[in-house]
Amino acid sequence: MNRTYEVMFIVRSDMVDEDLNKLISTLESSVTSAGGTVKTEIWGKRRLAYTVRRFNEGIFVLLVIEGSGVLVREVERRLRVTEPVIKFITVRTDEELKRLEKIKKIREAHKKTSTAAAPVTPEAGAEPASAPV
Amino acid sequence: MAEETKAPAAAEATGGEARPAERSERPDRGERGPRGPRTGGGPGGPREGARKYFRRKKVCKFCVERIEAINYKDVRLLAQFVAENGKIVPRRLTGVCTPHQRRLSLAIKQARNIALLPFAGRAQ
Repeated sequence: MNRTYEVMFIVRSDMVDEDLNKLISTLESSVTSAGGTVKTEIWGKRRLAYTVRRFNEGIFVLLVIEGSGVLVREVERRLRVTEPVIKFITVRTDEELKRLEKIKKIREAHKKTSTAAAPVTPEAGAEPASAPV
Repeated sequence: MAEETKAPAAAEATGGEARPAERSERPDRGERGPRGPRTGGGPGGPREGARKYFRRKKVCKFCVERIEAINYKDVRLLAQFVAENGKIVPRRLTGVCTPHQRRLSLAIKQARNIALLPFAGRAQ
């Protein structure tokens, strides 16, 4: 089951760097031990658009997780329990990525046929005669 | 035959239901008058906004620049489609096409949830 998720969470701004890293490594290990891959991006301190739990700033962290839904549920549970985390959102992205890939492929095929000025290859799919030069 | 039976019914009936068959056969809809907005791509409500008839054809920014991925994370892109008070701008003002507007609106709502965009700000 290879689904891709993006989990973005906000940590309170008065948190120390090392605690933050500890938290992130705990989350990462919980994912990798269950057999998924994870990529982390720390965005850093940003102003929040509205006050969350009396905070106006927060440290944004993004995790890109590949794995099953159970993994993500576990991550979310941990985030909910951790006190410094004030908000999180999980977005499933594999369908979106698939769609983007398809579009990219169509565009590449289109470009290839138009620059090569060759007859349309059958594998290009739905690409009718692109203005034969 | 069908036309005749429709004609009296149309004259009596009120309410702006779409009668596409009728419309194609009968070019003179003048007397039937404005019974609600015309279906199909008419100008975006000349009655609603006291605006001129045809606002010069706005193009969908995403279609033109071929931006495919509308992510909740790129706040700068999303903020262009959000009004001063935080509301999502309708597509008749921005000229965005429907599928992109739907994705945009989803992304804006996600961004609001993660405090990247406000739900309601500076509304006076």
